[in-house]
Amino acid sequence: MRLNPTVAALLAATMLTGAGSAQAETLRLLTWGSYAPEELVQKFEKEYPDIDVEVTFSNNEEMIAKLRATGGAGFDLAQPSHDRIYAAQLEYDIYKPMDLSKIDTSVMEPSLLEGVKANTTIEGEVYSVPHQWGTSGLMANKEMAPDFKGWGDLCDPKYKGKTSMRLKRTILLGTAFAMGEDPFAAYADLDKYQEILDKVADKLIECKGNIKAYWKGGDDLSAMMLSGEIVASETWDSTAYKLFGQNENIVFVPPETGALAWIDTFTLPRKGKADDAAYKWINFVLRPENVTIMSSSTGSMASVKGAKDLLPPEKKVAVSAAFTDADISNLKFFANIPPGVEDMEGKTLEKIKAATGG
Amino acid sequence: MQQKDIKRLTMLLLFAPFALWILLLILLPHIGMVILSLREKVAPRVYEFGFGNYIDFAMEPIYWNTLLRTGSMALLVTALALLIGFPIAYYIAKVAGFRTRGALFLLCLIPLWVSDLIRAFGWILLLRETGVISTFLQWSGAIDGPIEFLYNDATVVVGLVYTVILFMIVPLVSTLDGMDNSMIEAGYNLGGNGFTVLRRIIVPYAMPGIVSGCIVVFMLTAGSYLTPILLGGKNSSWFTEQIYDQFITRFNWESGAAFGFLLLAFTSLVIWLGLKLSGQTLANTVAKS
Repeated sequence: MRLNPTVAALLAATMLTGAGSAQAETLRLLTWGSYAPEELVQKFEKEYPDIDVEVTFSNNEEMIAKLRATGGAGFDLAQPSHDRIYAAQLEYDIYKPMDLSKIDTSVMEPSLLEGVKANTTIEGEVYSVPHQWGTSGLMANKEMAPDFKGWGDLCDPKYKGKTSMRLKRTILLGTAFAMGEDPFAAYADLDKYQEILDKVADKLIECKGNIKAYWKGGDDLSAMMLSGEIVASETWDSTAYKLFGQNENIVFVPPETGALAWIDTFTLPRKGKADDAAYKWINFVLRPENVTIMSSSTGSMASVKGAKDLLPPEKKVAVSAAFTDADISNLKFFANIPPGVEDMEGKTLEKIKAATGG
Repeated sequence: MQQKDIKRLTMLLLFAPFALWILLLILLPHIGMVILSLREKVAPRVYEFGFGNYIDFAMEPIYWNTLLRTGSMALLVTALALLIGFPIAYYIAKVAGFRTRGALFLLCLIPLWVSDLIRAFGWILLLRETGVISTFLQWSGAIDGPIEFLYNDATVVVGLVYTVILFMIVPLVSTLDGMDNSMIEAGYNLGGNGFTVLRRIIVPYAMPGIVSGCIVVFMLTAGSYLTPILLGGKNSSWFTEQIYDQFITRFNWESGAAFGFLLLAFTSLVIWLGLKLSGQTLANTVAKS
C-alpha cells in the first residue's frame, strides 16, 4: 500500500508528538489559591515545553494533611508557611531537604531567606526557601471606624455587631499581644502558654457579643466588608488590598502591637518525582518580570530584593496606604509551632466557639 | 447439572459488584478508621494502642454537648421535614391529576440538580443583612432598619429542611401511590371524619414510607457539613465541623476517627430507639417502601 505524502506526514507528526508527550515531565504544584496564575503557568510551559504543570489549590492545614496521607507523595512542590515545616517534618516526615545550590538565592531578600532557613533547618539540612510573604492584621472602613488601631478594638462596644474575625490561631496570638503578652516567647514554656491562652479565651468569649459572625474565607469576609455590614475585621493584608481596589476607604491597619507576618515557602515533598522541574519553577518565578505577575495575582509581596518596586502599581498604592517603615520594623514573624501547641490552641478555639457569649 | 452451574455463576456475577462495593468502599475504609481511632499519640511518630481518644470525648463536655446539639437539631429537622413533606406527598400521590403529578414531582426534584454549596449561597444572598429579604422589607416599609436573618440556628434548620425534604417526599409518594382510594372511601363510609381517616388508615398505611424517609433525612442531616457551616452563626457548633477540625486543623486523625465512629454509633442508636418507640422494624418498613 502506498501512502499519500500528507497522510504520511501527519502520521509521522502524530508519532513524534506521541513520543514527545511520553518524555514530558509533570510538575505537580500544591499551593495557595492565587499562587499559580494561569499567565505564569503558560509562560513556564512555553519556556520548558517538556514540562506540564498541574496545580492543586489548598491551604496550610490541608497541604500537611494531604502529604501526611501519602507520606509525602503525589506532589513535587508544596508551599506551606514557614512556621508549618519544622514540626510537620518532625512528626510526619513529609518533606525532603533542598539543594540550595540549584536556586538563585542571590536575588532573595537576605533577612527573609535567613529567617526561613533558621526556621526550617533540621539536623543541618535546610527544608525551605521563602516565596511570598504578607501579614495578618486588621482592616477598617476609615469612614465608619476612623480610629481603629489595635486587636482589642474588635471588642470595642462602639462597634457592636459590626466586627468580624476568623476563629483560628491568628486571632489568639493577636489578642495575646494586645493584652501585653508575648505568646511566641511562651512557646518554650507550655504551662505559661496555657495560662496566656486561658486569658485570651476569656477575653474572646466576652467579646463574642460584639462580633457579627466569624468569617471562614476571603469571600465571605469581602462580602461583609464591601456591603458595609461590618466596619472592621481581622484579615489577611492581601484581602484588604483587594478591597482597597474597590473601595478606597477600606484600608489595611497594622495593629499597634505589630502585624503578624508569615512567609509562604517553597518546600519539596519527600516523595516528589520532579525535583529538577520544581527547581526550574522556583527560579522562574523569582525573575523580576514574573514576580510582578505573581504579586498581582497573590496580592502579596515576593521575598526578593526590591519587592515593593516590583508590585503592580495599584497594589503599591494599597501597601503604601497601609504600612509605614515603622510598621514594617514592628512586624512579628510567626514562630515555629512546637509539637503540642496546635492541640492546645485547638482546644481553646473549641472553648470559644462553644461558649454562649451572645 | 450444567444448568445449575450456569445459574450459580449468574448469581455470583450479579452479586459480585455489590459484594465488592461493600467490601472495598465500605468495610475496608471503616476497618482502617477503627484501627486509627484506637491509636493514642504519645510522642511525635510514636503511637500506642488504647481507648484514649474515646475517653477524651467522654471527659470533654464541649464534645458531647456538640454531639447532643447536632442530634437534637437533626431530629427537629426530621420532624419538620415530615410535617411539611407529608401534605406535599399526599397531594402529589392522591389529589393531583395524572399529568400534574409528574410535573409536581419534577418541581420537587429540580433543586437537587444544583449543588449543596450553590443552594447554601442562595440562602445567604436572600437572608443576609443587606440581602434580598431585608432590603425588600425595608422598601415596603415593614421594618425600619436592616435585619440580619443569617447566622443563627433557625436559619440552619430552614436551610437543612430545604436540602433534605425531597428525601422525605420521594418514599412517601411511592408508598401513598400504592394505596387504594377505596380504603379512604370506606373509612368515610363507616362514619370516620377526616382526622380519624388520617390517623387510622392513611398514616398506618404510609408507615414504611414515613420510617424510611425519617431515617434517610435524619442521617443526612446529622452528617451534613456545608449547610450548618455556611449558614450557622458564631454559636452554632455542628459535630461534623468538630471532626473536620480534628482531622485538618489539629492534625489529630486519631481522635477525628474516633469522633467519626461516635457519630455513627450515636445516629444508629437514635434510629434504633426511634424504631423501638414507634414499634416498627427495618424489615417491615424500609425493606417494603
